[in-house]
Amino acid sequence: MATRRDFLKGCLAGGAAAAAAVVPEAACARDTLERPAEALGLLYDATLCVGCQACVAACKRANHNPAEFTTVDHLWDAPLDTSGHTFNLIKMYRHGTMETKDAEENGFAFMKTSCMHCADPSCVSACPVSAMRKDPETGIVGYDPDACIGCRYCVAACPFGIPKYQYDSPTGQIGKCELCRHRHQDGHYSACAEVCPTGATLFGRTDDLLAEAKRRLALKPGEWTTMPRGRLPAKNEKPEDAAKWKGIVDQSYQAQVGNYQQHVYGETEYGGTQVLKLSAVNFQKAGLPDLPPKSSAATSETIQHTLYGGLMMPIAVLAGLTWVAKRNVVPEDDDKKGGQP
Amino acid sequence: MNEQNLLALEDDARIVAAADRLAMSRREFLQFCTALAATLGLPQGAEAAVAEAVAAKKRPSVIWLHFQECTGCTESMLRAEHPTLEKLILDVISLDYHETLFAAAGHQVEAARKTAMAENKGQYILVVEGAIPTKDGGVYCKIGGKTAIELVKECAADAAAVIAIGSCASWGGMPSTIPSIPGATSSPTGSSGVSQVLGKPVVTIPGCPPNPYNFLSTVVHFLTFGSLPAVDSQGRPKFAYSRLIHENCERRAHFDAGRFAMQFGDDGHRKGYCLYKLGCKGPETYANCSVILFGDAGAGTWPVACGHPCIGCTEQGVGFQKPIHSLAKLKNIEPSSFLPRIVEEKGVGASLGAAAVLAAVAGAAAGAGAMVAKNLGLSHQAEEMEKAKRDGSKANESAEV
Repeated sequence: MATRRDFLKGCLAGGAAAAAAVVPEAACARDTLERPAEALGLLYDATLCVGCQACVAACKRANHNPAEFTTVDHLWDAPLDTSGHTFNLIKMYRHGTMETKDAEENGFAFMKTSCMHCADPSCVSACPVSAMRKDPETGIVGYDPDACIGCRYCVAACPFGIPKYQYDSPTGQIGKCELCRHRHQDGHYSACAEVCPTGATLFGRTDDLLAEAKRRLALKPGEWTTMPRGRLPAKNEKPEDAAKWKGIVDQSYQAQVGNYQQHVYGETEYGGTQVLKLSAVNFQKAGLPDLPPKSSAATSETIQHTLYGGLMMPIAVLAGLTWVAKRNVVPEDDDKKGGQP
Repeated sequence: MNEQNLLALEDDARIVAAADRLAMSRREFLQFCTALAATLGLPQGAEAAVAEAVAAKKRPSVIWLHFQECTGCTESMLRAEHPTLEKLILDVISLDYHETLFAAAGHQVEAARKTAMAENKGQYILVVEGAIPTKDGGVYCKIGGKTAIELVKECAADAAAVIAIGSCASWGGMPSTIPSIPGATSSPTGSSGVSQVLGKPVVTIPGCPPNPYNFLSTVVHFLTFGSLPAVDSQGRPKFAYSRLIHENCERRAHFDAGRFAMQFGDDGHRKGYCLYKLGCKGPETYANCSVILFGDAGAGTWPVACGHPCIGCTEQGVGFQKPIHSLAKLKNIEPSSFLPRIVEEKGVGASLGAAAVLAAVAGAAAGAGAMVAKNLGLSHQAEEMEKAKRDGSKANESAEV
């Protein structure tokens, strides 16, 4: 049949066009993004944490979030997980008799749960509009409620389960830690780091924080060392840079080095995160997923951009559908000629 | 005796006599006994026993030794007001030897000690204030030609009870601090606590100075029940030293809310915020300062209330050892139950009833599905038969035609 021949010809032509479009395929493959040079972040050292939850309370105050009651008396803000109204939470690893702090067996350990501010955030990648954005300078993953369409793709995309939707409101928004960027212009850094009594949560440039974390890992457990509190000043910080931030610069004190897992969580995970973590308990047991150095955003965007590069996949799918449709069409032309088939 | 009603005792002749002796009104005397019973954490009814014991029993003889110390423990005792010290030492106990309070001196005093020990053999209470130097045979502290070691051993031999008052007597306290000289392994005089020298556990009332009521309550417990109160592993009476200062601190709410004084005199400090960041040792120090406050100076006068962090004076290894403004290590007896688990289970799982309903629905659906499938086959068969019938009749019709 001539029609079939024409169709096949068309398919070939379409395929060639698609193949031509695939030539710049290499350009579609996307590498895992890296942290900006001046990335800001936090260092959370679980061995220093005393579980006082001052950071949880301070976070609520700084972000004007209401208390979340989970006990029958409705007396205490006791959220069970991060939510649209709880951006920061201290969770606790519990095992057996819970006798010793930072022991995996019969012990307990604390873990901060808040946005990790990934170098290559899945939430930003998944956002179909520009509501989730990573600041090119500070690297803070920020949220713009005016741009948000409420699809909650970011909620599903995050490997740490951080962006949360305010389901209790008809005009709900996404709630997540933004490193208190709304307070930066007044010279206030992250409220959690500002109040932390032991320096378990430390604010600073991620590069400096990473160096500090590695310094701690190199020390012997039990050894006394100087631990900074509040904001970690950069190595050779200029006075004008220091003046940007309020509060006492040197709050350091003497503390004992923890029995760390020899890994800085967030150094390489998904291309690195701007919030880094140290722990004496296995990170997976403390609720942090084991993530490869390649980000899922890079993988998914490579697949998608390759498939959609030059509209290759839509053309191929259209061609396939057309062929199927064509095959299934009953040639009714014969009826006009009359007579049974 | 324990069941006795305090009010019934009010007209008791012995109580009247005791109240007169203490120059208190009867009511005041009974209030004093009740306060002591409460400090001890004794059950209701015990205040009557305390009142009876204080009123009726022979005043216990107390021998009070001073070694390496600043007399701060005695000074704080002097400032107790329920009762005042002169009432305590003249009327509640019989203080037979006390170097600070004695008017006499020299051989006279030594003779008084010997007499008291002989007269009350096996009956007297020995109170030791101050650390005992042990280096070089203990030559660094001598009284009446005898070293502190000899004295404490001599006096403890026939004592009914030994009480170490103050941190120095408890474990060595401030004099036992090892100087930061390279190679130093002990204090210059080898200061030790009473139990180390005697080689047996004694009741300790640590503090610098200790709260006089903790001492007084211990003495009255002995007087009332003939035994010393229950103590912890370091010899500290549990009624006073079983809770962390942090647990009952009036500034605790500020700790929980993350409101800290950052510097002396800053805004937070003036507002009475938590002193943890200034080095408060409350979270690692066992004592009842935050409960009964200190001495009789009234509320707002114990160290934390007046704005200075706790230095941990009742805690060996904390007081006089850790720098005053270095951060405390929290001794959590138990972490907060409010902290969520890493993975917090939500909901309560399926109940038996819910599971049964679900199973019934699933069963019904499966049955219905099976029936529908069966009927589908049937209807198809019926259709076929109908068609065959029609075709048959058509064929017949055409044949007829």
